[in-house]
Amino acid sequence: MAAFEKLVRQYDRQVFRIANHIVQNREDAEDVVQDAFLKAYEKLDQFQGNSKFYTWLVRIAVNESLMRLRKRRTGKMVSIDEDVATDEGSMPRDLADWSPDPEALYGQSEMADILRRTIQGLPPGFRVVFVLRDVEGLSTEETAETLGLSIPAVKSRLLRARLQLRERLSRYFKRRNGQAQGGVK
Amino acid sequence: MTCTEFLAQLDEMLDQDAAIPLRADLQEHLKNCEHCEITLNTTRKTIQIYRSHEIYELPDDLRERLHKAILAKCRKC
Ligand SMILES: [Zn+2]
Repeated sequence: MAAFEKLVRQYDRQVFRIANHIVQNREDAEDVVQDAFLKAYEKLDQFQGNSKFYTWLVRIAVNESLMRLRKRRTGKMVSIDEDVATDEGSMPRDLADWSPDPEALYGQSEMADILRRTIQGLPPGFRVVFVLRDVEGLSTEETAETLGLSIPAVKSRLLRARLQLRERLSRYFKRRNGQAQGGVK
Repeated sequence: MTCTEFLAQLDEMLDQDAAIPLRADLQEHLKNCEHCEITLNTTRKTIQIYRSHEIYELPDDLRERLHKAILAKCRKC
């Protein structure tokens, strides 16, 4: 039990972050953290030591999160395969360079707010790939294995997720910049 | 090389070790296409901003509460 408690302390922040990215709701994310660790504890004997504990735990957390999301949106199917047909953001449109550095324009909490709102607009199947690959730093292979997707599918979603986020952030930053330079709308 | 072909390689460019020089044909396109240069730079920046900001922070009090709840449930099973 002490060893397990150590694992909880080691990975709780990551699980909470991943869950929030998927469910977009704090209460559900809290439930996911509890359920994911409980499930991991129950199945600890099934854990194959040859895969990393962290990626195994992430897989459990992702599945729990998707289940919560489905429950919340009853009647609407949610899977990591949905919403991927969108072509939005496949070709960048907003092509002003980000200058000055947007991080100099916003305070920490304001920036966090923008980042949250921006990623919320992405389909769940894109959000989850982006958070695992780019925020948590899993490899393409680990992400594919965790989500049960092919490597080309992970790559194509990641590209579109990155481009869509870029496009949306660009619109924010341009607006602020316009204000800074004299209220141009 | 078209912009679409260039963007298809974006993943590798972003993941690539900065010390390794870009493939010659990609470099060539980048030199002549401001759009792709901006796209590459701002996409890199997008990832970096997301990585460096904790947007779903787990507050200490909630963290303690969750630990207690998890361990209590585990003891029961
Ligand atoms: Zn181009």
